[in-house]
Amino acid sequence: MMAASDLAPSYDLVVIGGGPAGLAAASLAARAGVSTVLFDENPGVGGQIYRAIATTPVADRSILGEDYWAGAALASEAKASGALIVNGATVWSLDPQKIVGVSIAGKARMIEAKRVIIATGSQERPFPIPGWTLPGVMTAGGAQTALKAQGLVPSGRTVMAGNGPLLWLLAAQTLRAGGRIDAILDTTPWRNWLQALVHLPDFALSPYFAKGLALLREVKAKVPVHRVDRVEAVGKEKLGEVVFASGGRERRLPADLLLLHQGVVPNVNLANAAGAAHVWNDRQLCFVPVLDADFGSSVPGIAVAGDGAGIAGGTAAAERGRIAAIAAVRALRADTTLPDTQAIRQKLQREEMGRAFLDWLNRPAESFRQPEGETLACRCEEVTAQQVRDMARIGCEGPNQMKAFLRCGMGPCQGRLCGLTVTELIAAERKMTPAEVGYYRLRPPVKPITLAELASLPISEAERKAVER
Amino acid sequence: MFKRLADAGTAVAITVDGKPVAARAGDTVAAALLAAGIDHCRTTPVTGAPRAPYCLMGVCFECLVTVDGIGSRQGCLIPVREGMKVETQIGKREAGR
Repeated sequence: MMAASDLAPSYDLVVIGGGPAGLAAASLAARAGVSTVLFDENPGVGGQIYRAIATTPVADRSILGEDYWAGAALASEAKASGALIVNGATVWSLDPQKIVGVSIAGKARMIEAKRVIIATGSQERPFPIPGWTLPGVMTAGGAQTALKAQGLVPSGRTVMAGNGPLLWLLAAQTLRAGGRIDAILDTTPWRNWLQALVHLPDFALSPYFAKGLALLREVKAKVPVHRVDRVEAVGKEKLGEVVFASGGRERRLPADLLLLHQGVVPNVNLANAAGAAHVWNDRQLCFVPVLDADFGSSVPGIAVAGDGAGIAGGTAAAERGRIAAIAAVRALRADTTLPDTQAIRQKLQREEMGRAFLDWLNRPAESFRQPEGETLACRCEEVTAQQVRDMARIGCEGPNQMKAFLRCGMGPCQGRLCGLTVTELIAAERKMTPAEVGYYRLRPPVKPITLAELASLPISEAERKAVER
Repeated sequence: MFKRLADAGTAVAITVDGKPVAARAGDTVAAALLAAGIDHCRTTPVTGAPRAPYCLMGVCFECLVTVDGIGSRQGCLIPVREGMKVETQIGKREAGR
């Protein structure tokens, strides 16, 4: 395994994240002769969509499906490209000078980059319902990771709740693998169809249309689906039952496992901490980085590719990675022969075609994004929705001030699981838009590191003399 | 909550709070805890409530555990190793303890 001390002090291109965008970007750049390193914090490449692509114990290819296995080519291409791929490498800092702070096996290094491509992808949108912190409640993405990487399938009484393509995909994969699902609680509001319908013709032309319909049919034939407008996880020390309601009629299901999912949103922490400007995307209900046509951010030399640039899915992520890599190579070596970006852009456009329909249809209801009362908004510091609402009402204007008042966003997850909720709650209480409220100002280290890791950084003679008496 | 799809994979022996747990090569610490049916991995610093792995992708920090003596490690990012000592964490500090 690669050690931190084996790294060169600088690389032409540093790619952060080993999902489709990062793998495609690193392969293209390395093939073009640019010295490229890819850092990924997971044990293997693939990101979340192609998680454990080289090591999955799920041998029957029909369980995870061909779209998953398509990632194998991307991973082997990257491996053969000459790019240095380092797994178990956590990037905890990136600044506008493109100095990358990275830790590998407890040892840290600061690496200089001429160009950086952030490919840290997406995370699941917070799903703050009563009881969502109870053991036995997990994200659907988490269960999918356990299936892909370890071959673990739900075996107890299992309920899935939420909406979006991933929920149905996981349901189908779980059933194919012989896992158990007692019920699916569909939280899609009926009125979403009003905005989604106009985009149906485009979606019908996208590759996701036929796949989506087939998935729905496959799952609905085997699992009861309830349309709901309220979901609660109930239990003392762990989940005991799921309470749900539709139009005021309440039902209860005993459950050992509740899997939640209401779409994915860009994982903005690293780009935000590097100083990249972000804007509110009202269709996807999340903050996205401000990017040019080559996915360059507002910080010169730093691009954001993949779902981190706004949600578009795994295949689009790879194309975005290629476009960002071409721009990086061109900036580093103007004379390099490079693939035609026009063809890549066309492919990307085709991939993104059905997005508007999916986004509008799966826009989570306000009640699942803006919790009330004792429901926790911030899991780490255990701050309730009511506390956030009260503070907003007495004059707290933004998420950064909210940190000082309530500590929300200051726990170990650094706002990843509360940021959007806090922004939306403040906006709701103060009758503002989320765009006006803004997001947490994030700062490095964006992942926790130990003092020992910091102390392991090499020190120059000049730095030593500066503090020595 | 979970069962293993295939019994493939080399056995890896770890301990959790001193008790032996049979993990598999390819498991992360968090996955090994889930597969072993261990229902929580820590208690919270504010109210002492139990928490278990939630996202399994390095985002939520719910699966923080002590691994080989180093506290607050993200269990979902660390592959198991033969002889690894995992300890669940007590978050809430109590006066006079």
